Amino acid sequence: MTALAETAPVLEARKVTVRFGGLKALADFDLVVRPRELVGMIGPNGAGKTTAFNAVTGVYPPTAGDVILNGERVNGRRPHQICILGIARTFQNIRLFKELTALDNVRVACHHGRRAGFAAAFLLTPGFTRDEARITRRAEEHLALMGLSHRRDALARNLPYGEQRRLEIARALATGPKLLCLDEPAAGMNASEKVALMELIRKIRDELGLAVLVIEHDMRVVMGVSERLVVLDHGLTIARGTPEEVRRDPKVIEAYLGESYLEEKHIPIPAGGAQ
Amino acid sequence: MRGARIALRSALPFLVGLPVLWLLDVSLPVGYAIILMSAGVNVIMAVSLNVVNGFTGQFSIGHAGFMAVGAYTATKITMAVHGAQLFGLSPAASSQLAFPFALAAGMATAAIAGVVVGLPSLRLRGDYLAIVTLGFNEIIRVVIENTPFLGQATGISGLPRLTSVVWVGMGALFTVAMARRLGASTHGRALLAIREDEVAAEAMGVDTVSYKVRAFVIASAFAGLAGGLLVHLIQLCTPRSFTFIKSFEAVVMVVLGGMGSVTGSIVSALLLTFALEGLREAQQYRMVGYSILLIVLMLTRPTGIFGTREIWDLLPRRFRTRGPPPGSPLAGAGGGGGSA
Repeated sequence: MTALAETAPVLEARKVTVRFGGLKALADFDLVVRPRELVGMIGPNGAGKTTAFNAVTGVYPPTAGDVILNGERVNGRRPHQICILGIARTFQNIRLFKELTALDNVRVACHHGRRAGFAAAFLLTPGFTRDEARITRRAEEHLALMGLSHRRDALARNLPYGEQRRLEIARALATGPKLLCLDEPAAGMNASEKVALMELIRKIRDELGLAVLVIEHDMRVVMGVSERLVVLDHGLTIARGTPEEVRRDPKVIEAYLGESYLEEKHIPIPAGGAQ
Repeated sequence: MRGARIALRSALPFLVGLPVLWLLDVSLPVGYAIILMSAGVNVIMAVSLNVVNGFTGQFSIGHAGFMAVGAYTATKITMAVHGAQLFGLSPAASSQLAFPFALAAGMATAAIAGVVVGLPSLRLRGDYLAIVTLGFNEIIRVVIENTPFLGQATGISGLPRLTSVVWVGMGALFTVAMARRLGASTHGRALLAIREDEVAAEAMGVDTVSYKVRAFVIASAFAGLAGGLLVHLIQLCTPRSFTFIKSFEAVVMVVLGGMGSVTGSIVSALLLTFALEGLREAQQYRMVGYSILLIVLMLTRPTGIFGTREIWDLLPRRFRTRGPPPGSPLAGAGGGGGSA
């Protein structure tokens, strides 16, 4: 672990602030993610978790602060540029290309590795054919990795919910990221499905050697899998550290877990937070 | 050897199409040939609009404006050459010789117009494109009606009939091959991804603005081709051919056939042309007919005849080849000879 801690971070957020009009959705957000690290981000609804994701991936340019990706400042870059620089993401409310097949969903994500242009596609040049074959192979590998090979030609909208979640991860992985950001990948799953998914995420991290940043609502699930946690509340970072440290932090208990956590009960948090 | 095979594969639809079209050209009576040619022009118009409205999910309703740009460019070139004897050839042969250049120039100017219209409006998400293209269509019409160089409202008459079944057919093949090969390529998938979810497409590394503009420019260029062919068919270049009604006709064809379905656009373009021809007496009710058609369609089958699928996707499973692989000659020959 010490050797890892010394390696250069994949992602660094320095005092990132996002303001929507008068609302400070995220204030002075600091985050360092190193290669092969699995970091969890938790907090109640409206805490700013998704905003932090959007600031990092270029959906909202930060109002203040810096986002540094592999040593390069990427503030104000558009999402597709940031994707190419090595951050891939999934979405809280699944955003698959519904009318495309599972294979095509993943092939879109392999898109930026192409070399052949429009004209080559029209003339069916050998370079274009090679490109297409390579992209298809790569997409099939990622489908297989997420256990979706049997759904290759199914339309994304026809997949069951859990498979849609996995397809979204396969698609994100196919962009060839150094950091994978998962926005509530286990939302809507039951406890055992959640654990299975977290194990899968850990496996991906180990096999592909990338860093993973996970937003998760369920404290126990994310505690089991993350090496480090960041806790947000009302846009502020209220705690960070190992799961053990976070678990005992009085501020976390107050803001997020509540008294009932001590009784090992999970209080459902009202949905509809402004994220 | 290898190079020759590739060249053959990419040119196959044209090599097959040419003799068929030539046979049609020499064998069909003039009346039928004219209907077939106007159907072919409509195929080019609908299929090219489908690249923007169907593939990319943007909503352009000013396609006729780009047709006008292409048509007037081609007309001016043809009229400049008219009667001249290029390389000592007869005037008729000279005109024929200049025709492909006139069409290509029309495509180029229409493409430039596409950049000018598309670049500012496609940066924005939402329905801005519809408003801007509608405005562009009207502006083009007003500009033409007030420019003596372009013949004002009367237009430019006395064009030689250069458009033949072969020209229209090859143009339609060119357009269909473009759309099908684009659709089967990674570029086409990027366009489909934009249609499905622009935010997700961008997050997956698709430069959405650049792709939307490229799709729009390609569609505009082919609209220019349709315009060039049309005026050399009716031998008259007038702003009346390129009003909003024409744009609306193109939109109806795309929606009727199914957004994103190339074969759907071909079928609906052919159907509507032939239907209009059959109902010639009722021409003045055309807009009423279109409107009713659209309403009925939206109520009963909002995805159009084929939805986003192609015609062979609807065949019984055992006849299906599961879509031609991108490299196969079929990828370009889809609905080949659509106008033939």
